[in-house]
Parts: sequence; C-alpha cells; structure tokens
Amino acid sequence: MLEVKNLTKIYPGDVLALDNVSFTVESGEFLAVIGLSGSGKSTLLRCINRLVEPTDGQVIWNGVDVTQASQDELLHIRRKIGMVFQNFNLVNRSKVITNVLSGRLGYVNPALSLINRFSKNDMEMAREQLERVGIADQAQKRADELSGGQQQRVGIARAMMQEPEIVLADEPVASLDPVLAHSIMQHLEDINQNEGVMVICSLHFLDLVHRYASRAIALNEGRLMFDGPPKAIDDARFKEIYGQEAERVG
Amino acid sequence: MRNLRKKPVVRWLIIVGVIVVVVVVYAFGFSVTDVNFETTRDEQRLTSLTRILRALAHPDILEYEQIEQDVDLPFHLPCPQGQAPPINVDTRGAYIVVTPACAGPKDIVTIEGFKFLPNTAGPVNFIAQSGVKLQLGSFKTDSRGHFSITGELPNRQPIEEAQTIRATARQNVGGPRVSRTGKLVFDKIVETVFLALLATTFGAILAIPLSFLAAQNLMSEIRTPLTSVSLTLLGWLIGIGLGGAIAVQIGRLVESTLGDNAFITGGVVLGAFAIGLASVTTLTHEKEKTSELNARLIRTVGYGLAGLAAIAISYLVAYMMLLVGEALIEPLGALGFLGDFVFQLGDSLRLLTPAFAALIAGGAFGSLGGRVGQQASDRLDPRTVRTINLAVAALAGAALFALIGAAIDWFYQVLDLTQTFVIPAIVGAIGGALLTLRVDPRQPLPIGYWVYFVMRTIMNGIRSVEPLVMVIVFVVWVGIGPFAGVVALALHTVAALGKLFSEQVESIALGPLEAVRATGANRAQVIKFAVVPQIIPPYISFLMYRWDINVRFSTIIGFAGGGGIGFLLQQNIRLLDYRSASAAMLAIAIVVSSMDYISSAIRQRFV
Repeated sequence: MLEVKNLTKIYPGDVLALDNVSFTVESGEFLAVIGLSGSGKSTLLRCINRLVEPTDGQVIWNGVDVTQASQDELLHIRRKIGMVFQNFNLVNRSKVITNVLSGRLGYVNPALSLINRFSKNDMEMAREQLERVGIADQAQKRADELSGGQQQRVGIARAMMQEPEIVLADEPVASLDPVLAHSIMQHLEDINQNEGVMVICSLHFLDLVHRYASRAIALNEGRLMFDGPPKAIDDARFKEIYGQEAERVG
Repeated sequence: MRNLRKKPVVRWLIIVGVIVVVVVVYAFGFSVTDVNFETTRDEQRLTSLTRILRALAHPDILEYEQIEQDVDLPFHLPCPQGQAPPINVDTRGAYIVVTPACAGPKDIVTIEGFKFLPNTAGPVNFIAQSGVKLQLGSFKTDSRGHFSITGELPNRQPIEEAQTIRATARQNVGGPRVSRTGKLVFDKIVETVFLALLATTFGAILAIPLSFLAAQNLMSEIRTPLTSVSLTLLGWLIGIGLGGAIAVQIGRLVESTLGDNAFITGGVVLGAFAIGLASVTTLTHEKEKTSELNARLIRTVGYGLAGLAAIAISYLVAYMMLLVGEALIEPLGALGFLGDFVFQLGDSLRLLTPAFAALIAGGAFGSLGGRVGQQASDRLDPRTVRTINLAVAALAGAALFALIGAAIDWFYQVLDLTQTFVIPAIVGAIGGALLTLRVDPRQPLPIGYWVYFVMRTIMNGIRSVEPLVMVIVFVVWVGIGPFAGVVALALHTVAALGKLFSEQVESIALGPLEAVRATGANRAQVIKFAVVPQIIPPYISFLMYRWDINVRFSTIIGFAGGGGIGFLLQQNIRLLDYRSASAAMLAIAIVVSSMDYISSAIRQRFV
C-alpha cells in the first residue's frame, strides 16, 4: 500500500507544482493520473521515488517513510520501483541488452557492474524480459536503431528487470501513435494483472484511462481535483479537471 | 534609425568625424608598427629576399653525388697600363674565353665556354686575389658542351696581377639520396609526433577523471550537510597523510630486503595469486547486504590489510620491472628501447605508488568521514548535530587554512610559524565555527558546486599559461630535451581537455541519467551506464583534435628547449641555413596536414 500524504513541491522561483496532495493506492491497483500539461503529474510520480525531492509531506510505502529514507535506504527502495518515461530515456548509444541490464543495477555488486560483468541469471532474465515484450531479436542492436514503439518496450523490459512492486509510468504513450499506444498499454496491463504490480500511470487520453485504469486521480495546477473510478468522470467533472473551455475528444 | 531623422548637416558632420577618427587610428597604427614601404623597394633587401625565398623553395632533403669540372682563366681587373699581356688558352680540353680579355670594375663581359661536358650546369665565379669568390652568373651547357653568358664584373680595388675567372661545371651522378639534413629532420619530426602523442596520452589520463569534477550538471546535485562535509575534508587529509607515509615506510622495508631476485619474483607471484583468490571469493554478483557492525568491522580491517599488501606488491612489481627492463636492454639489441620502456615504467610505478596509496587512502577515509557525518546528521537531534558541527567544522577549517598557509610559506619563505600556521589555523577555525552558526545543521550544502568551482578556477589558471612558458620551468627541472616538452604539453593538455571534456559532460541528455538513477543505481553506476556511453564519441574527437594541436605546439616548444623539430628549426634559422629550415618547415606542414586528415577520418568513424 502506498500512501501519499500532504505532498507539496515548490520548485525554485516559488513555482508551486504540487499543492497538498493526498491519496492512497492499494497493491495491485492500476491508477491513472490525469490532468493538463504542467498540472504536476510528472512531479508527483518523481516525488514517489524521490527523483524530485518533495518540499513537504510524506510518501509512505508499506509502512516505510520514503521521504525520510537515508541515501542508502533510498537506493534500496528505488530498486523496487520501476519507471517508464514518455521519451523512453534509453541510452541511445548503448546496446538494447545493456539498457535492459541497467535495470538490474540496484541489485548487482557495484564493483562488478562497473566492469560490465553481469551474472548468468541476470543475462537470462534480460533475455526473458525482451522476449516478453517481443523484441528478443533486437538485443544486440543499438537502442537508437529501434523504432519508438520498440524503444518503449525496451523501457518496460528495463523496469521489469527491477522485479518491481510499483511501476511508475510517466505518459508512456504520449509520443506514440494510437495503435502502438494500445500495445504498450497492454504490456503494462499484463504486468499489472499477471504479476500483481501496482501501476501508477499518467495519461492524456480519457479513452485509455477508461480502458485500462481501475482508478483515476486528476490534478489541476498541483491540486487533487478528483479521486475515483474512471467511469465517474462525467462532463461536469471533466470541465472541473480540464477547465471550462475544454472539449472532449476521443 | 534615429540618425536618419537628424538634419543632413549634422549627419554629414558625424560621417566626417567618424572618417577623421578612423584615419587617425590607422595613422597611429602605421606609426606604432613602423610601416615603411620604402624599405620594400630597397635593391639590396630585394636581393636578399630573393635569395631567401629561393632557398626556402629548395628544401634540403635530397642530394646527389656530383662531379665537378673547374676551368680557370687568368683575368686582369682593371686592364694593365699599356699592352695587355697575352693569355695562353689551352684549347685541348675544356676552356673559356672572356671578351673583352680585360675590363674595368662594373664592366659587362661575355663569357663563352667550349668543350665542357654536355648538359651540365654551374656557376661562373670571379676569384679575387684574396681567394674570395664572387659569382658572375651561372651557365648551362648545350649538347655540344658550349655556353655563352654575360656578367657584371665586381667593383674591386685595382690590382696589377691577374686574377681568375673560374667556370665550374657540375653533373649529378647516380640517383638521389636523402641528405644529412633530411635524415635529421626525419628523426626530429618522428620525435615531435611521439612527443605530442605522449603528452596527449598523459594529459588525457588525468583530464578524464577531472572532467567529471568540473561538470556542473553532475556536481551541482551533490549536496551534503556540514557534518559530512567537514568529516569528508578531515578524512581526506588524514587519509592522504597516512596513506602516503605508510606507503613510503613499506617502500623502505621492501627496498631493505632486496638484493634477492627470488624474493621479488616469489612476492609478485604470491601477491598476484592472493589478489586473484581474494577477488574470486569476495566478489559476489549480488550487492552486499547491509550487515551488522561486527561483520563490517571485520571487512574494513580486511580491506585495510589488502591495501597494505597491495602497496607492498606494487613495490615488488616495480622492482621486478626495473630488474627485467635493465636485463632486457642488452640482449634485445635494436629493440632495446622496449627494455628501457619496462625499466622506466617500473621506475614510475615505484615513484607513483605512495601517491596512489595516498589518494586511495584519502578517498577511503574521506568517504568514511562523509558517511559517518551523513548518518550522524540524519539520526541525531539538531542540537547535538550543531555541537558536533562546531567542533568538526572548526577543525576542518583550521586544517584547510593551515595547509594554504604552508603552501604560501613554501613559495614566499615567510619562515614565521605564527604567520603561516597559527593565524591561518585560527582564521579557519573561526570560519568553520561561523559557518556552523549561520546554517541549519541538517541543511545540505552545495559542496559539489564548490568543488566544481575550484576545479574550474584551477583549470582556467593552468590553461592561461602558454606551454612555451611552462616548458621553461620544466627544462630547469628535467633538462633540455623532448621530455621537458612532454611534461609541459601534458600539463597544458590536462587543463585544456579537462575543460572541453567537462563541457561535453554538461551537454549530455539528462533523460537516461534519470532513468538509470530510478533503478536504484549508485552514483558511480549512473556515470558508467548513463554518462560514459554518451561522452565517448566527443571525448575521442577532442582527443584527436588535441593530438593535432600538440603536434603543432611541439613544433614551437623546441624554441624554448622542449625538444622536437622546433629545436632544429630555430637552430637553422639562427645559422641562416634557410634550405635546412625549409626542410623542417616542409616536414611540419606534411605532418600537421596529415594529422588533420587522419583525425577527421577517425572522428567520422566514432561520431
């Protein structure tokens, strides 16, 4: 169970990105985070694994206060939280297999990883993860030789190497076409339903939210505007979240 | 645009004023730089210019074996009083005829040659009584061995006796061969290229780690509380002192037990075996679990002992390399430089072991101090932390300022302990204490940014000193020759490459960094997996570019005694030997342009 309590983030220059946000996510849930660009979705996801240091508030995961963890403890927490990004964030010049193996860095002996030594188990696991997302034949290619959809699959495989209990997906399909978007979302759904991994995924399109999420929260200018089942987002709610001028598309 | 709206008169005045100012500026420039076009028309200077340009156009690279044929003719300058004495010309072999048979100074004469070797060339000289040769002209014979030229007689003091006009026909025999200068230039240009290679290599080895410390994006996120900063600083100082001292002691111990080759060999073999065994048994693929204090203590002691053993083994390896290298020089013959290489590597290992030991111990103690400080400031309550901070920050400040005081004392020889030790230490302690009182005890300080700033300042300082100046210092230290050039260029390379490299680190894509950090990787792993792959192409590209620059630099550091071809070039210019200088310049041009080609070809492969 992940509890977010009164989370506030103020960036330098008094930019309020998150304003006293509180919500709870149960294990095994697929939570969608919606809201306009700049509403604080990315900041919220990054505060959970402290890629962004929250200014105030707590993130409590299975009783452990992530926000108070020391640096060493934080690395141990992070390795159980996989992350998938809008721009894939692969190391372009490295091989696909190396990108996937980097998901294992929180577990391996740091000294051996620095000289590129990974155990047989890790290699086997990387191959399995690539097979699972259907690009095992691309393992030896450079990451930037792959298409966008393939790159995002590498991103998912990398996150899965962490044997995560949570996967944070920051607009994972925003740079992909609709067909690819569904295939990527289906991979996330598979992880969520077959492995019981909690998925927290920020999304732009409501139809994706309806189709995949078990619950949704909505942010507007850093404030939590909605918390409930996706079906409950009717036109009134929609205008509350996206503003009075917004029109529903898709 | 506002000017256009002004009255035409004002506009004209402004234009005239600007023109006057420009004219005055350039006029002053002409006067300051002694521009004088009259000298460019001076006949004597033009003759010298022609000579030098022609010499430069004939680089002294190839030469031929030549046979010479001298043909002399007595000649009166000026014509004697009364009857000119008859001149007997032996017409059986080659001979020359001058018309008129005698003449006054600066008169024009015609010189004809007969029965010379066909298709030869050479000068016609007037040889004065003193033996001075003055060239009248040069000739080329036709297929029948005949030539005819005119020349102006020199303006000499009148002498009664006959002087000589000599035609010298020269003919090349056999194929061309490399001249002595050519060989020398070749040797020196090879020296130059390797000088640049070594300087670039040594410079890059240091510049790569330093470039990470001078990259703002990596450093600015390193923030630790004051306790940790102070303890890290103290840890580094203690570690460096302790590591260096222990290494020196071990070195003495090893040296005193030497004299037995079997001991050295045995030590190296055993040591290598022990290290291999230790690494196989201790290095697991899984990350070590955060274990109990006891186990950690044992492990720390183990690491310490391993470090001591490593120092001893390092010395043993160094001595073995000294022995092996020296023994190899003789039997290898022409490849003896390989033996010398091993010897020199051993010597530098012996020299550098204490430095490495000091650095590693400093790093170990520093990170230990940092960890303890971080833990203390995380766990203890703010008041206790502040009390601890007051002590450690004051101590760290005192130590830092005392060190700076010692450095100043070394340079300026103040020789006053109060001024160079006591006062700085007190100032540092007060500074540390003030810092403690000013900042929140747990607030992370931007220590990374401070390190970045100090590194940048040092690099900019070093970079602003020209290698030509540096080489003067190093010539004093290691003597005139290419080695001084290597050291000077290497130092300059560290600073220059450090800056270029760090700017590359600053311009990498941050997304992959974020992604790798999100996996729970530590700082070293993030650098290895997200930073290094991104910077390899630009690093290689800059490395090649720097080698290119160093080749060009090393052509001039020879002027200050830094070895390489510059030394030869300077010598030849001073001796007015322009043909040899031209050979050197040609060699530089060839090497620099081919370096340019090669480096761009390699860059294209990697980027």
